[in-house]
Amino acid sequence: MEPSEDDGPQPTSGQKGEAPTDHEQLLPELVAHLRDNRTQLRQEWANRITDASLLSSMAPHEIFSEATSVYDNYVEVLETGSVEALQHYAQNLSERIIPQGVETHEVVGIVLLLRDVLARSLFEKYHKDFSLLNRILDAYEPAANRIANTVSVSFVQERERVIRQQQDAIRELSTPVLQVRERLLILPIIGVLDTQRARQLTEQLLSGIRAHRAKVVVVDITGVPDVDVSVANHLVQTVDASRLMGAGVIITGLSSEIAQTLVRIGVDLSKMNTVGDLQGGIEEAERLLGFTVRRAVDANRQED
Amino acid sequence: MDDDELGRFQRELIRQVSEFRSRGVIIDVAALDVMDSFGSRSLRNLAYMARLLGAVTVIVGIQPDVAFAMVQLGMDLGKVHTALGLEEGLVRLDELTGAGRLSPASGPK
Repeated sequence: MEPSEDDGPQPTSGQKGEAPTDHEQLLPELVAHLRDNRTQLRQEWANRITDASLLSSMAPHEIFSEATSVYDNYVEVLETGSVEALQHYAQNLSERIIPQGVETHEVVGIVLLLRDVLARSLFEKYHKDFSLLNRILDAYEPAANRIANTVSVSFVQERERVIRQQQDAIRELSTPVLQVRERLLILPIIGVLDTQRARQLTEQLLSGIRAHRAKVVVVDITGVPDVDVSVANHLVQTVDASRLMGAGVIITGLSSEIAQTLVRIGVDLSKMNTVGDLQGGIEEAERLLGFTVRRAVDANRQED
Repeated sequence: MDDDELGRFQRELIRQVSEFRSRGVIIDVAALDVMDSFGSRSLRNLAYMARLLGAVTVIVGIQPDVAFAMVQLGMDLGKVHTALGLEEGLVRLDELTGAGRLSPASGPK
């Protein structure tokens, strides 16, 4: 139907205009070829992966089964021209292999290997008819590049998603807000308190006060070795802001360095309620809230 | 709330405090997303005036963002009482007035 099909000697690289129809005819042929030689090509690809010592963290049979599904997806994309299914599969695959420690270069490497293996087999099949080979490659290369792109991008996106998730988790963990009694919250802080984390602390503390309807908050900074002047100021501001929301803050476990910093910035001691250790802080908080804690043994003895 | 409105609110509230011989006032600012220095000074003055008329003021419902912004900008409610919400404000007011005395902390500076 298409003239270019017959005039073989003509080079096709310049015929951009009729390329789509050319592709439409050649791609099915290509797909058929890849389907017919599925077993052999797949095996060859898996061997090349092993030879290149990629995916060393995966077992050979795992590589082979993944290779099979990637291969089938690959051929499907060539056939349908739609990368959606592949994208979905690549995302799914990344989710599975990222925890196994597969690196980006490995994923890019294996997709490029498959591209090479398939291109090589096309060379072998069409090497007698140079112009047909050219056209086949014209049809194959853009699709293959698109596939390589899709898989790599999906993998990197998945990695980034995992990293973001972990960052969120770390951030959440770094300033836990715990309710120990009705209207009493505890914020244990461990590690270096920098500006970013101090801001986060304020945010968590103030929203925690509202969420738990807290009246007293014990901020334990036993695990904080030292703070700079701006963080110390921030702490004082947080205490003031909590008071505006109707909650008193007790700070426990101040190190001698932090005490010196606080005095150096001229903190108003009438506004700061500090207690030496967490236990004392909780007792003070309980007193403020009107709780009394008694050892069960003592209570029983008194009743006797 | 703009400045005019605030002034009107202030006059009206003080008038009513004196008219009803109120013992306590609760101002709920939960609907305010921003509070400027004039706003917080007005609130503080309001509380001091009410105190002179024999009423204790509790300001309730300051949003977390507003609270921190106020502190950062150095705005201060002085020694005015604050509480988380209306309910807590009422409890606070009961504590403050129920004992039959006005809080020693609420006098003007």
